[in-house]
Amino acid sequence: MTTLAPASSAAVAAKNNRQVDTRPLLWPSVIVLFLWMIVPLAMTLYFSVIRYNLLNPALTGFAGLENYTFLLDDPTLWTSLWNTLVLVGSVLVITVVLGTLFAVLYNQEFPGRNVARLLVIAPFFVMPTVSALVWKNMMMHPVYGLIASLQSMVGLQPTDWFTDYPMFSVIVIVAWQWVPFAFLILLTAIQSLDSEQKEAARIDGAGPFAMFFYITLPHLSRAISVVIMIETIFLLTIFAEIYVTTSGGPGTATTNLAWLIYSVGLLQFDVGYASAGGIIAVILANIVAFFLVRTVSRNLQQG
Amino acid sequence: MAEVVLRNIKKSFGPVDIIKGVDIDINDKEFVVFVGPSGCGKSTLLRMIAGLESITDGELSIDGKRVNDLSPADRGIAMVFQTYALYPHMTVRDNMGFSLKLAKVPKAEIDRKVNEAARILKLDPLMDRKPKALSGGQRQRVAIGRAIVRNPKVFLFDEPLSNLDAALRVQMRIEIARMHSDFDATMIYVTHDQVEAMTMANKIVVLQGGIVEQVGSPLELYHHPRNRFVAGFIGSPTMNFLDVAVKGVAPEGITIELPGGDSLTVPVVAGATKAGDKLTLGVRPEHLQEGSGDGKLTGTALVVERLGGATYAYVKLDNGTMITAEVDGNSHIKVDDQIQLGVRSETCHLFAADGLALAQSARHPLADVGRGNPGAH
Repeated sequence: MTTLAPASSAAVAAKNNRQVDTRPLLWPSVIVLFLWMIVPLAMTLYFSVIRYNLLNPALTGFAGLENYTFLLDDPTLWTSLWNTLVLVGSVLVITVVLGTLFAVLYNQEFPGRNVARLLVIAPFFVMPTVSALVWKNMMMHPVYGLIASLQSMVGLQPTDWFTDYPMFSVIVIVAWQWVPFAFLILLTAIQSLDSEQKEAARIDGAGPFAMFFYITLPHLSRAISVVIMIETIFLLTIFAEIYVTTSGGPGTATTNLAWLIYSVGLLQFDVGYASAGGIIAVILANIVAFFLVRTVSRNLQQG
Repeated sequence: MAEVVLRNIKKSFGPVDIIKGVDIDINDKEFVVFVGPSGCGKSTLLRMIAGLESITDGELSIDGKRVNDLSPADRGIAMVFQTYALYPHMTVRDNMGFSLKLAKVPKAEIDRKVNEAARILKLDPLMDRKPKALSGGQRQRVAIGRAIVRNPKVFLFDEPLSNLDAALRVQMRIEIARMHSDFDATMIYVTHDQVEAMTMANKIVVLQGGIVEQVGSPLELYHHPRNRFVAGFIGSPTMNFLDVAVKGVAPEGITIELPGGDSLTVPVVAGATKAGDKLTLGVRPEHLQEGSGDGKLTGTALVVERLGGATYAYVKLDNGTMITAEVDGNSHIKVDDQIQLGVRSETCHLFAADGLALAQSARHPLADVGRGNPGAH
């Protein structure tokens, strides 16, 4: 050992000498990513503190926090925040519940399972605008819609979904699009459940319900938290479905934060005001992301 | 506790027959080992007893009651799996108490039973850990604890030691054997490891291709194999088989001609065998020694493996047949040496052309001795 020690320490020293500082090699990517993030953020911040309305070019100058105070006094902001919460929350609940049930169902052996799985996943490949158009004109339309014709077949008055239940309709469309995502992630998770574990539970006397709640669901908890995190990030910015169907209305019934910013900025052309809204959205997204990442990383570490 | 009776049990997956009519009687408090090469159906048979696989045909009864159509939980069995199959999100305590919780046993009762099992298995300090914080041996212990808590009539083990390292395997083997004598429970144990089978069993069931080749005590299988398959499967290194011709038949045995021309009289019941018939001689490597016995075989050592206590010589006989001999550890034999091996007639087995052994004239004195019941019968 003692004779080996000098030789090995010399080897370590030589290795250290050979090591170059690799950090500069990272800089190009870091710089591009940083600019990608900071330039739009800085511009939005800048626009949010000036008077900048495309319809009134004469109105210029530093506005201070005026845009923000107007925005926070605007009841539409609070409505849109509430709508965003309702939309995200409902879609999350629907997709996770249906995704889990479908995953359990389609994990069983039955003839034509592969085709059935493909059909469940299919909505995910449809563009949001297209799926919104299909739902609007072919499913929920009070005259031409499938639901209306089913209703009149049994003698009911057809419902004008987007007028009477606007938020519900948007939630249905968005959930229809996102169930496949939850299904896909949860199906792969369920397939990794050890079959001997299920057999051990059967011997322990677990029926289908006990099996689901004590064995399957705990096994899926990590996958479910991943689904919730990823979906939340996308659902916070739902826009195309609202644009195609309700345009935020009737009134502000389906105005979420994304739609509010769009309508202020690109329908009313008040760039300063919209930018202030954008900054609030950024802050909100960061708060959500902070909690989500913390929960998820704790979950992942546990597993 | 309970006896387990299998009557003409069959299992088919579609057109493929996995188990082709098995009859086994397992007595109360017996430790029975199913052993066989992989794919022989031993695990399927165990899973059918557990109720995890349906029974295509035949009758299975536990404790005198037909259980073919009962669910696994209602058969009064508990099973220990090869991969332990612990519930990863539950603590050791919850894992062990899960079956009682599902059966709606009162909390205090569950605690009492779980603590009792923990004490037996020395798991007390680990009770609030999750399975992933346990070593392989500890997980195995928890899996056994989960079985004990159910207080089953029959314990089923599906290759429970295959995932453990060699030292731990020996230790757990001893613990399971001790558990058997402590609990007085009927145990059915599946393994492909014949050392586990020989050391733990009261009764070994040798399976091949979905049929039972032989049932008997470990030493009965060793000394009185029913056919060539059992003879080759039990014992390590595997038995040597040599083609021989019958020279003469007498009441005291059959005289055969060994390769090399030597004659040997093997004490077996001749039955319909007559001079000129072709038979297969079976002799275990440990029953060959350097020098001369009742008959001798000569050849060249091609490979010599020295294990210290014993030396394995792989010998090519003069007629070209390869045989293995376990000679003394202090033997000076070298590769390419000429070697003469002595055969003792009472250790030889003779197999007819259909693979069945010719019955030996004298029964081995230890053939009916199993572990745990010395001197029985």
